[in-house]
Amino acid sequence: MTQAAALSVEGLGISLSGRQILKDVKFQVAPGEFCALIGANGSGKTTLLKAIVGLVKPDSGRITVDVDGSGGTSVGYVPQKISLDPHLPLRARDVVMLGLDGARLGLPLPSSARDARVEEMLQAVGAGDFAERRVGLLSGGQQQRILVAHALVRRPRLLLLDEPLASLDVRSVAEIVALLRRLSLQYGTAILLSAHDMNPLLPVMDRIVYLASCCAVSGKADEVVRTEVLSRLYGYHVDVVRVHGRVVVIAAHEPEEIRAALARDPVHTAEIP
Amino acid sequence: MGVLGLIFAPGFLSNGPVHTALLVGGGAAVVGAVVGVFTVMRGQSFAGHALADVSSAGGSASFLLGLNPLVGFLGMAALAAGVMEWADVRDARERDLLTGVMLGAGLGLTALFLYFASVTGSASGAAITVLFGSMFTIPASIVPAALALAGVALAVIAAIYRPLLLSAVSEDLAQAQGTRVRLIGLAHGWALALAVSLSAMTVGAILSTALLIGPAAAGLRLADRPGRSLALAVLIGLLATWGGILLAYDSYDWTPGHGWPVSFFIVVLVFIAYLLAALLARVRARGVSLRAVHPSGCGQD
Amino acid sequence: MFGSFMTNAWIVATMVAITAGIVGFFVVVRRAAFAAHVLPLGAFPGAAAASLLGVNELLGIIAFSALGVLGISQLQRWERREVATALWLAVALALGTLFLSMTRRYSQGVYALLFGEVFGIRSALIAPVAVLGAIAIAVTLLLYRPLLLDSLSPELGEAAGTGRGRIELAFLAVLALCTATALPVVGALMVFSLMVGPASAARFLTDRPLLALTLSVVLSLATVWSAIALSYLSNWPVGFFVGVLGGVSYAAGRLRHRGGPAHVR
Repeated sequence: MTQAAALSVEGLGISLSGRQILKDVKFQVAPGEFCALIGANGSGKTTLLKAIVGLVKPDSGRITVDVDGSGGTSVGYVPQKISLDPHLPLRARDVVMLGLDGARLGLPLPSSARDARVEEMLQAVGAGDFAERRVGLLSGGQQQRILVAHALVRRPRLLLLDEPLASLDVRSVAEIVALLRRLSLQYGTAILLSAHDMNPLLPVMDRIVYLASCCAVSGKADEVVRTEVLSRLYGYHVDVVRVHGRVVVIAAHEPEEIRAALARDPVHTAEIP
Repeated sequence: MGVLGLIFAPGFLSNGPVHTALLVGGGAAVVGAVVGVFTVMRGQSFAGHALADVSSAGGSASFLLGLNPLVGFLGMAALAAGVMEWADVRDARERDLLTGVMLGAGLGLTALFLYFASVTGSASGAAITVLFGSMFTIPASIVPAALALAGVALAVIAAIYRPLLLSAVSEDLAQAQGTRVRLIGLAHGWALALAVSLSAMTVGAILSTALLIGPAAAGLRLADRPGRSLALAVLIGLLATWGGILLAYDSYDWTPGHGWPVSFFIVVLVFIAYLLAALLARVRARGVSLRAVHPSGCGQD
Repeated sequence: MFGSFMTNAWIVATMVAITAGIVGFFVVVRRAAFAAHVLPLGAFPGAAAASLLGVNELLGIIAFSALGVLGISQLQRWERREVATALWLAVALALGTLFLSMTRRYSQGVYALLFGEVFGIRSALIAPVAVLGAIAIAVTLLLYRPLLLDSLSPELGEAAGTGRGRIELAFLAVLALCTATALPVVGALMVFSLMVGPASAARFLTDRPLLALTLSVVLSLATVWSAIALSYLSNWPVGFFVGVLGGVSYAAGRLRHRGGPAHVR
């Protein structure tokens, strides 16, 4: 390793109300790297991210976030399933502004430097068109962009996103993924993004951290996204296939129960004209 | 002068109790509106109302003991706010119930103190005064203390303005930026206690909810920015309070012998303002959606 | 304590306790403590208005309870639930203040309506309380499953065909009925304590809904009976004991299950 890692997790163990959530988790994310955190529901993805932000105290192990001497928190964070209340009198712009100075005491004074930074970030996430609208009334994809801008406006070295793609439609998913890749290149921010499905991330991710109940595995994307490695992690056979120059992960065979159910009650696919 | 004479009944501007009412009522309205905006945003309207009611236990206790009513109202409200934040209930259902149970216990205490007051005969009609307020009987000596407390509440809110906004958006986001969310909650709780005890003394414990929630709800409907919502809420609260005082004073001429209650007029004015705001917001929303459907339909032809 | 002049108090208070215990279970499940507080409190101006007009007090209470249901559900279309509830409360109480100012002699009546006057209940009150209470219980039990489903998730309820908002309206109506039953007896503020205290404590004891409902009724009865007995012995107001006992049973439940019921943790 020639450069200090943006994030380094060593021997991390966390238990919440007596239940062991994470055990001996170890991985590193290099500066500017796009890293996917994959795991089934309940595998501890949210807890891991919260521990990195500092919302959950680890029982053992060490989390080191590279601070570039600018001081303050250098981690941006987009929590899971955050629903912005339509009754809040906040424009999209206000939420991004709070990303910059939301912890400061006292009333905000007018500042052109701050406004310029907020404006730049709004443009960077493509939110220029709805910056003045009430944030609770925006669509899910638009809110996601605003939350990304909120997290990025302080130029953190590391951006954490908890299931940002859940409950978005296919097109919004592709847009957000492309946006994140672009921002990470533009600002040199390392990204750690949790998801339960890795397919939308395959074109952009450099590294993958897989959380299973037994252990955490991490590696370069092209080392892990292989039929034999993934099949072992998932516990059933999956195929890594190349279609139209893209990589797709699919379950090669339906699990036993589904096959049995289909045999009993076959699916009739309608003809699409 | 003729028109002014019609609006302001003779003596309104030179009447001592009226001055006191205008000052204390105005202070209560401003603080109520400012704190109320954050209370509504944080989804704590019930807690706000409960604090006001619980503070009436303190009010009735001070009647009984002959203390300054401000001490009683404020002490009880601050105590209750502390308990609510100390219990640290994140789950919405649990918070709802905790508030409810505390409210029940607080009202029980009110009943007891009022009973004692009626037995000892120390204050007749204490129930009415404590629960429904009496704007025109506020002693002038209370004005400096009341205004100072109003100032303290406003200063607290100004100090935690941004963390308060951010934690209304999401506590996780606020915490991720290093804000101590519980501390912010406690500070807001105490500002709320100050606000409700001030208005409990003026419009009465069970009506102070109107000053807390009404102008705030109207302000939140009308503006998309926090600063403007606050300004509008303050404006509505002040106008309603002063207008209510004026109308109540004038009403002595309408029904000879006794005037109509101040709190009635204040609440009616607040509610009218809210209805207008809701109506305006609806009309505006419809305008937006029409424009969205017909992008060119801006009246160019 | 059990003399003939107390008989009515025991009978009526028992009926009120059963009704409040059953309705209270859903107040807790549906997170409706605020509405349970506001409907009774907002109905007392009805009694004041009735005395102004010289009609039966109960009619005024029923009328204002119904107005409350309509007012809250109308405001809910524009506003968050709690804000709508608070706004209705303000309006109702403003009217109450006005009516009170018109009848000076009503001051003692206010105290009774707010905090209750269990002793000296007239026999004529027993029949209407019994009928109203029975209707409230019947409607609640009839709606038992839709109410539970809708509380769990309004979307699930709608999918099962309960209709958006209809369940909330029905529930508010049940609350109003319970209000009308209890208001003349235990007073506005104590109806509320009776609906929230026992039911929230019952929930700490079991995870099964029907058992919780039963326990809620049992605790409610225990609360009311001991409150009446204590009040009789000490001469202190019944409302004080109901409120404090509610608080004590909730605190005991919470201490037993630190931080909330088992499923909340």
